[in-house]
Amino acid sequence: MLKRTDYLTKTYGKPEGWTLGVYERECHGYQTARRVLSTMKKDDVVNEAKKANIRGRGGAGFPMGVKWSFMRPHPTKPAYLVINADEGEPGTHKDRTIMELNPHSVIEGCMIGCYGIGAHVAYIYVRDELHLSKARLWAAIAEAKAKGYLGARPFGVDYPLDVVVHTGGGAYICGEETSLLNSLEGRRGEPRLKPPFPAQAGAFGCPTTVNNLETIAAVPSAFHMGCEAFSKLSAIHHLNDGGVRLFGVNGHVKNPGVWECAVGLTLRELIYDLGGGVLGDKPLFAIIPGGSSTPVLRADELVHAPDEKSPLHPWHGQSVLDVPLGVDTFRGIGTMLGTCCATVLAEGTCPVAAMHNLMQFYRHESCGQCTPCREGSGWLLRITEKILDGRGTMEELDQLHDIANNIMGNTICAFGEGTAMPALGFLKKFRREFEAYVRGEKKKSTDGRLTVDHHDFVGG
Amino acid sequence: MTFALTPERDQELEQILKRYPNRMAALIPVLHLAQDQNGWISEEVVEWASRRLDVPPAHVRGVVTFYTLFNQKPVGKHQVWVCRTLPCALRGAGQLLAHCEKKLGIHAGETTADGKITLRTAECLASCGTAPMMQVDKTYHENLTPEAVDALLDELRR
Repeated sequence: MLKRTDYLTKTYGKPEGWTLGVYERECHGYQTARRVLSTMKKDDVVNEAKKANIRGRGGAGFPMGVKWSFMRPHPTKPAYLVINADEGEPGTHKDRTIMELNPHSVIEGCMIGCYGIGAHVAYIYVRDELHLSKARLWAAIAEAKAKGYLGARPFGVDYPLDVVVHTGGGAYICGEETSLLNSLEGRRGEPRLKPPFPAQAGAFGCPTTVNNLETIAAVPSAFHMGCEAFSKLSAIHHLNDGGVRLFGVNGHVKNPGVWECAVGLTLRELIYDLGGGVLGDKPLFAIIPGGSSTPVLRADELVHAPDEKSPLHPWHGQSVLDVPLGVDTFRGIGTMLGTCCATVLAEGTCPVAAMHNLMQFYRHESCGQCTPCREGSGWLLRITEKILDGRGTMEELDQLHDIANNIMGNTICAFGEGTAMPALGFLKKFRREFEAYVRGEKKKSTDGRLTVDHHDFVGG
Repeated sequence: MTFALTPERDQELEQILKRYPNRMAALIPVLHLAQDQNGWISEEVVEWASRRLDVPPAHVRGVVTFYTLFNQKPVGKHQVWVCRTLPCALRGAGQLLAHCEKKLGIHAGETTADGKITLRTAECLASCGTAPMMQVDKTYHENLTPEAVDALLDELRR
């Protein structure tokens, strides 16, 4: 169901939309934080937040309010809120727009979040490459401090609050929450073993909540209208997947971009109504629904959910393009919602070349800590490269499955799955194309295309 | 030669230290500060950071070698990063990179003979909706056409 909204994006496109003046005028700026801090108790904030059914927008989809409720006051240690803005999953380009165009929603969200979990400092971890995003966040913090919203007594309430922007060093793995915490502490961004979970021992060994940037930016809107009402904006509120979120589309569409809609939009609406359809009016070939780690979908796939108790049963027999984009609905069709930014592949795109491109990414970004991932990502890349170059064998094609399956579940963090799942997705859904390369029926030079004829970058 | 920050940057370092409960946490922002001045992280910078933040030099080296953005050898005056990952590749990043390589007469990973430009590939820069794109020093250039790239590179070589 296509329902455009503008809770997070009202300031987008407005002149100087990132400034405090516009935020206060257009978005009831900081009124919600003022009300929450002056009238609500900490526990009530967490209980209210649970009703918003905000599923983590970073990819895992964990309910935000439930995550907040894991925080327990420590007798001696402070608590921290850490915001993950290390946006770097290929195909994901949404958090950046919030930081650049509505940074005050992030700061206000941090204030409410900090108050709810008992923290006085929030660290926003932004990947270093996003220089404009960092500058806009720092400027927003300075404006909020000048008004006395951030500082020793926000709105006259005795609850000191500070927000700090931290910068990364160029490593995709730092989007994994424990790796991010190590990076925040000035260490190599290697993920930590869990437990202890961040709520027990996170940043600097203290209780910590890590939330995605879009997740925290939605908090002021949710609390302003009432969290339950916010949740009900979603078409799949009944599946505990509430509110509004940013939807992105990229790749072979005529009009790539980011839009805010109520949760429950379908891929068909995202690609054709918002994205303007496939480049060159070609047939749709495949979709990576929410960042490169989410297994690819074929355009001709149908939902198989004959069981009446399945939440997907209403869409049984329909195209996967018509399933509402939700955390549980997309898990149900064998992929993941991820970051909700879809990459579109038009007819004529080579799935072997696409997998090869992604395996280069994972090979480059594996932190090297766990052997199955460090070595496996290299083997996945090398064998895919051999097949693409026409030097692969059927035995090696099967080996790709074994290697991917040996990564799954055998690593400290989810990067291993993030590498293996898309590899298995391409291998299972496009087996025939891989075999065609092995048999010499297809060649990289003529068939290994990633671009379509229209709108190519045509330099020479 | 020992390394030291300019007085202005040193003041910024003092500000950075105030943000964290310990000195080690300032390491990555401080290395960026040093690289902005020095162009790369030399052994002198490592020793300096180790002293300044009271962490072992081996720890600093570990961090420098982990993160892509820290240069472990001198680079050109300008750094051009072409995003090569799938969403950009679907919109011509491969052709964009080939165009840059041809125009500059170098391969990705190399620096032009005059020392002006280092050309590199980047993994996803969160700009998938505005592909193809490249980052020049600290600025993003998006929705690139051959003409726009030519103008950009000419400007950098001037």
